Amino acid sequence: MNIKSKHRLTLEGKKAITGYMFIAPFLVGLFVFFIYPLIQSIIFSFHDLEVTATGYKLTYAGLNNFRRAFFVDPDFRRILVESITQMITDVPLIVMFSFFAATLLNQEFKGRAFARAVFFLPVILTSGVIVAIENSDMLLNMARSSFEEEATTGAAASVVQALELRRLLMQTRLDPRFIGYITGAIDNIYQVVTASGVQILVFLAGLQTISPSLYEAAIVEGATGWEKFWKITFPMISPLILVNVVYSIIDSFTRPTNQVMQMIMDAAFRQSSYGYSSAIAWVYFIAIMLILGIAVGIISRWVFYQE
Amino acid sequence: MSSIAMEQRNVTISKKAKRSYFSMYRLRQLMWSIVRTILVIGICFVILYPLIVKFSVSIMEERDLYDITVRYVPKHFTLKNYQTAWTYMRYPEAFMNSVKLSLLTSLMQLISCTLVGYGFARFNFPLKNLLFGLVIAILVVPPQTIMIPLFLHFRFFDIFGIISALTGHTLNLLDSYWPFILLSATGMGLKNGLYIYIMRQHFRGAPKDLEEAAYIDGAGAFKTFYRVMLPGAIPMMVTVFLFSFVWQWTDTFYSTLFLQKLWVLPTALSSLVPNVSQAYSSAQLGIMVYLSPAYSSMLNNTGSILVIIPLIIIYLFTQRYFVESIERSGLTGM
Repeated sequence: MNIKSKHRLTLEGKKAITGYMFIAPFLVGLFVFFIYPLIQSIIFSFHDLEVTATGYKLTYAGLNNFRRAFFVDPDFRRILVESITQMITDVPLIVMFSFFAATLLNQEFKGRAFARAVFFLPVILTSGVIVAIENSDMLLNMARSSFEEEATTGAAASVVQALELRRLLMQTRLDPRFIGYITGAIDNIYQVVTASGVQILVFLAGLQTISPSLYEAAIVEGATGWEKFWKITFPMISPLILVNVVYSIIDSFTRPTNQVMQMIMDAAFRQSSYGYSSAIAWVYFIAIMLILGIAVGIISRWVFYQE
Repeated sequence: MSSIAMEQRNVTISKKAKRSYFSMYRLRQLMWSIVRTILVIGICFVILYPLIVKFSVSIMEERDLYDITVRYVPKHFTLKNYQTAWTYMRYPEAFMNSVKLSLLTSLMQLISCTLVGYGFARFNFPLKNLLFGLVIAILVVPPQTIMIPLFLHFRFFDIFGIISALTGHTLNLLDSYWPFILLSATGMGLKNGLYIYIMRQHFRGAPKDLEEAAYIDGAGAFKTFYRVMLPGAIPMMVTVFLFSFVWQWTDTFYSTLFLQKLWVLPTALSSLVPNVSQAYSSAQLGIMVYLSPAYSSMLNNTGSILVIIPLIIIYLFTQRYFVESIERSGLTGM
């Protein structure tokens, strides 16, 4: 009995084993379909890969693939920079818009459930093949731009007049680049709105967890709406701003319409240069990680955690 | 006497002030609710507008597109676009394959992500934090990075050389459901890190009492899991299932990577225009016919409508599982 108990596991050990059993599928997947391919793709990026009838053949190419990406390929650098600038302009707009939409939806009004359902609709409908088709679609783009024209130059009754707005902003002697950013945001409204479905819901959920007693205390102390927003809502929601920035960055990088993504696919399956495709995929991945790191580093400085 | 009069006067003043304050307050509220309604309707319009355009274009004839007097409401109503799209997308076949594929993958993903999420939520084991960090890492790494190794993996499939030792050659799993099954069963499918995260957050928030009671009554870990924990997790599981179904339905990445001959909706939609122009060309005895951009966009819109109609029907009935999911998931409680 005594000898046997030596070999018997402690309760903690037993629990640990059960835990591993629950996550076993993930462990298998992690090694077989994630870490192993990841390492392989690093190796591929330093080789030329040829597919043969029974397998594939690697010939060592050193840094050639990376050299080709940066110095030979006429498109890669341009597309990489473009997609990064696109991301940097879009993400703040998406986060601001989704915060604004969430505060709208957080109030009581008729048709709130309907509005919420519509705001979330793009998450389901503008994914994958639909967004890819939409993007290449001439008619829809034309219709959209004519709609925007109508909204900007057309009837006097139109609410948003970007041209007027531009003139107004010009008079305030702001930086023209800043003005371009704001008016560009209005022209891009469709992209921004469709990319913020999940973020709106995250903010909405966050707004609903803020305890009303905080606001009551603030009202008793005589706080204005402005103060309530900056002193209560904003700090309480700030962890979710971080979450949403991270989500938006990843989302904008991995969208099927992203040009770098298409380039990686094309290099592999149109030109059959698998090694080169792996190399640019890695360059892109490292760029994403850098940007994510910088963004998280900056934002988490002023994120407020209640605990 | 005078003090009473003073008091009365004070009361009337405060009453007046109150009334004017309230009317100002009401007015402001009214103004705000008008502004809010305009904003909400405007945003809804921006979202629904492309859908409306898609639909109205899909029931037009081509000449309506060139007609300046036609806007949204077609002059020449026709269902011919739907006929063409239906035939050249081979819609029934693509639809059935897509249903099979999406159901299969989302069921597998649901099972694996629920199990893994529960494991991460309730058990302590060495390296737990590192492994959970890797769940998040999977979300961050773009699947294109590991695309080629995965492709080759399934093209020349082998388990530690066992299969090639037995049969003399490796298996080609492309153009079958196997890559999807294997990836989903191991929690590596499309956005599975997110589902694992959602399930883990859900189980972490579930009360421990029931579980402890079950343990005391002598139930094992797995029995406790499916008899006690699963019933409470059903709404969350429905959410995960729906998300994975819907995203698999429109996914182009994995379906173009693994499937060339197996006909599913995303591939059918993206090859609709080339197929139609090819059919016209062979009708013209091999002279290459290019479809006009307007006509091809018309076909694309019709095809998109055919692809999203099932999704819209699903969304109409299960909307709350999508919308309330994030609120309930405790995602915000990090």
